[in-house]
Amino acid sequence: MTYRMLDPSAHYRSCFGLVPPDDGWLERIRREALERFAESGFPTTRQEDWKYTNTAPLAKIPFRMPSQAPESDVKALLAAYPLLAPGDAAIVFVNGRYRADLSNAAHAQERAVVSSFRAARQDGHRGLVAEHLTRYASYTARPFVALNTAFVTDGALVSIPEQATIERPIHLIFLTEPGAEPIFCQPRALILAGAGSRASVLEHHLGEGDGEYFSNSVSEIALGDRAQLDHFHVARPGARAFHVSTVQARQGRESVLRSYSLSLGGRLVRNDLDTVLAEEGAQCALSGLYLAAGSQHVDNHTTIEHAAPNSTSEELYSGVLGGRATGVFNGKVIVRPEAQKTSARQKNRNLLLSNDAAVNSKPQLEIFADDVRCTHAATVGRIDEDALFYLRSRGVAIAAARQLLIRAFASEITSGIQEREVKAALTEVVSEILSSDEWVEER
Amino acid sequence: MLEIRNLHAKVGEQEILRGIDLEVRAGEVHAIMGPNGSGKSTLANVLAGREGYEVTAGSVLYQGENLLELAPEERARRGIFLAFQYPVEIPGISNTYFLKAALNAIRKSRGLPELDAIEFLQLVREKAKLVEMDEALLNRAVNEGFSGGEKKRNEILQMAVLEPKLAILDETDSGLDIDALKIVARGVNSLRDKERAVILVTHYQRLLDYIVPDRVHVLFEGRIARSGGKELALELEREGYAGIDERGAERELKEREVCGR
Repeated sequence: MTYRMLDPSAHYRSCFGLVPPDDGWLERIRREALERFAESGFPTTRQEDWKYTNTAPLAKIPFRMPSQAPESDVKALLAAYPLLAPGDAAIVFVNGRYRADLSNAAHAQERAVVSSFRAARQDGHRGLVAEHLTRYASYTARPFVALNTAFVTDGALVSIPEQATIERPIHLIFLTEPGAEPIFCQPRALILAGAGSRASVLEHHLGEGDGEYFSNSVSEIALGDRAQLDHFHVARPGARAFHVSTVQARQGRESVLRSYSLSLGGRLVRNDLDTVLAEEGAQCALSGLYLAAGSQHVDNHTTIEHAAPNSTSEELYSGVLGGRATGVFNGKVIVRPEAQKTSARQKNRNLLLSNDAAVNSKPQLEIFADDVRCTHAATVGRIDEDALFYLRSRGVAIAAARQLLIRAFASEITSGIQEREVKAALTEVVSEILSSDEWVEER
Repeated sequence: MLEIRNLHAKVGEQEILRGIDLEVRAGEVHAIMGPNGSGKSTLANVLAGREGYEVTAGSVLYQGENLLELAPEERARRGIFLAFQYPVEIPGISNTYFLKAALNAIRKSRGLPELDAIEFLQLVREKAKLVEMDEALLNRAVNEGFSGGEKKRNEILQMAVLEPKLAILDETDSGLDIDALKIVARGVNSLRDKERAVILVTHYQRLLDYIVPDRVHVLFEGRIARSGGKELALELEREGYAGIDERGAERELKEREVCGR
């Protein structure tokens, strides 16, 4: 399908007009954000942060607000989704709309709030959203955050009370299934981990069918002092989907954020993940896995800001790229002058399966303190021929041997997942994707 | 079982094997000795089908089949096993998973039912005992962080599980202390029967104290310069490889012609 060039600002302004106005504070923020987006439009490859990711195809398509429910039996889809255990707390949005009938908010343990923004308003948690929304993700600086914010009418709220330990993972599911017309969704999440709390929150961004859509998600995360949060961003968009996501976190004293970002499909994927180690002793461990084949493009930009002393960051992103796929990894680490005794380790590994696949890997260290330990490493390699021969010499066929080695490479990320069930389910999902021929056959 | 005729092979531009003739029958153990660079490892790798080795002349028949036409995995499925001189580390694949995939690939190709997890675990535990391998190593990634001795022992474990018809050990003894050497020998000896054959590529006579060969061959500059019984290894141990030279090789060839072999 070809589309005529359109003016994104005018297009999204006209869509904005279709949203019924909300009450005071949110309406004001939405309008401000819309104006910000109207001024900036989509970023271009002339901007440093977007040098390798061209948003022109995205700007060209007149994505509409979703007006209809999907044709698929979403209930059955979710029942078959391997990452979701029956009974787990889950908030489900389908084509941008909260689906109370599919959600499972009542199962949140320990007084945790797991709710849609709108339901939270009725349940007396309204203050949480008003207090925190837009506090961590800036719509003045980022066009995609501005566009998302302009369309915030609902979202997923998770609030873990102080000192609470939530054993079971909490799921935020955003499912998109376009019909004949391309649609856009603007998923929004707000995750508040109270002081001393422990929880796992999994965001799932899923596409169904092979229609065109544009999903532009924003998640804001706040970790109180000594909070421990495992955050998953699992993106499994449709084959013709544009998936753009922004995750922005702020970490309190001695808090621990373990982030797992998995990009498992889509035509164009761009993830921005930023965390600010705002107070002393905060730690983060960012893990990422991106798989791209065919003509897919996947871009991960991360920023870790060490803003207080004795903070620690560890980062490992791994990519598997086949066909004519292109990948980008840009890992920025900022160490503020007051962030003495910072330790920051960053690693990016890439496995290229074909001559036409390519990756741009760039560490970006901005260090303003003197007593720090920062390391970074980037590798781009092929399947190890010695390992391949070793497997074959034991009777394993070449295609199966290649697949084993690719899966082994990817498992460096999934094996680090702490929750046993989540690890097993995600390992299975990744293996299933990698068992498709497009990963195995080419040489 | 194995008939090698006038085998020539190149690595890159360099000719390493320059006319190997060797026959190995079922039930036999052959030792291939020789100085560094004589072509021992090249021969082992050519037999296993490693890429980068170009056969320029000659033939290899294995159980009546042209071995050189087969992919490495097809050779393995027909019963050839190479114990690597430098076993490869494979992060991300556990030792047991690897072995199970290998064993079941081989069984499947022979029309045998695949072993399930429990059956396999029983088998691998029993074999691990034979080579005195710590069970903890079974769950670790293949060879990752293994000591030199553990890697070699892991090769013997694989051999014991896969039960090859023709096992080729490429300097499995190098770098092993005497206890590890005995374990390797036990693994090989337990495999010995009239259906199977073993080729031991080794630099030292030491291993042959524990695995007594039927034939010993000395490789020199890409040819078999001398062949003999197990006493040849002892002679080499006493006198070194200095006596084996080009003239010796020619003499050996002449003698063989005279004897009509």
